[in-house]
Amino acid sequence: MNAEALTGGFTSPPQQAARAFRAVLNAMARPGTLHTVEGALPPAPLSVAAGVAILTLVDGTTPLHLAGASDCAAVRDWVAFHTGAPLVAAEDAVFALGTWPDLAPVNRFRIGLPDYPDRSATLIVELRDLSAEGARLTGPGIAASAHLSLPETAAFQANRALFPLGFDCLFTCGSLIAALPRSTKVEAV
Amino acid sequence: MFQTPDQAADRKAWMALLAKVAPARLAALMPDLPDHSLLRPAEVGAVMLRGRAGATGAAFNLGEMTVTRCSVQLTTGEVGHAYVQGRDRAHALRAAALDALMQTTRANDLRARILEPLRAEAAAASALRASKAAATKVDFFTLMRGEDA
Repeated sequence: MNAEALTGGFTSPPQQAARAFRAVLNAMARPGTLHTVEGALPPAPLSVAAGVAILTLVDGTTPLHLAGASDCAAVRDWVAFHTGAPLVAAEDAVFALGTWPDLAPVNRFRIGLPDYPDRSATLIVELRDLSAEGARLTGPGIAASAHLSLPETAAFQANRALFPLGFDCLFTCGSLIAALPRSTKVEAV
Repeated sequence: MFQTPDQAADRKAWMALLAKVAPARLAALMPDLPDHSLLRPAEVGAVMLRGRAGATGAAFNLGEMTVTRCSVQLTTGEVGHAYVQGRDRAHALRAAALDALMQTTRANDLRARILEPLRAEAAAASALRASKAAATKVDFFTLMRGEDA
C-alpha cells in the first residue's frame, strides 16, 4: 500500500462528514440542485465530490462496486484504508462508482424488492461536466421544473418506470454534487 | 522496511506492547510527540473478540472490546498505525507516533529507552499474575474410582 492511499481523508471527520451528509441529503431532496462539497482529496481519477461521497456514505457494511477506470490500485487502496468497504461485483453492490459509460448497462444494479425497495443501489456517477441545464426534471422535491446535464435520458425514464423500485444516482464533477432519485421524471429537451 | 518476516514480527510485537500498556506510563516515558500530520485522527470503536474453546472448537464471539485507532505520518514520511485498548485518544496518537518513529534511525534509542522498560514491566506484571494464580492451583487426583469399589 503506497503512501498516497493513506492521505486525503477528512481531517476532522465528525464536522466534515456531517456537512457532506447534509449536502448529499439536500441534493437528494431537491433533485437538480448543485451543491459544493469539500474535505476529501482522493487519488486520480476520482473527483473531490466523489471522494467526499465515498467517505460520507460508504463503510464496512456497504459493498462498493468500482467500475471502469476507477477500479485501479490507487483507488482500491484508498477506499480500503478510509472506509473498509468490501469491493464487489455490480450485482451485489449497494454503492457503485464510475463514469456513466463505465457503469453501463445500468440494469445490472440492484433495484430493491417490492417488500424492501430500499435494498437498491446508489450510483455515484462521475461526469466531465455538471450544470443546471439540459434534461428537464419534474417530480417530488421540485417546485416547477429543474434542469440537469444528465449523460442520457432513456435509462432514467426506464428507471422511473420501475418506481417504487429502481436505483438512485449522485452526479459528481470536481467539487460539485447533484442527485437524481428514482422518483424524478426526466424529459429530454 | 518490514519486508522480512522477522521485521514484521518485531513490529507486531511492539504494536501489541503499545496496545496494552497503561496510557499514563507511555506518556511518562514519551512526553514529546514528533512533528506529524494525522492520516486518520484518533477514533474510538469496538472490535469483536473471538475465541475457540481449547483453541480447536468452533469459533464463538467472546464479546466486544473498546479500541481506539490512529494513523499518523511524520514530516519525514514514515507512517505509523496504532490500535490500542480503551478510549484514550492521546494514547492512540502516541502509540502511532512511536510506531512511525521506530521506522526511523532513532529506533535503537527508542527501543532501549521506551520499549524495553515497558516490555520488562509487562513481563513482570504477567509473571506476578501467573504466580498468584499458580499459588491457588489444586492438583486433583483420584484415590478410588466409584466403579472399582
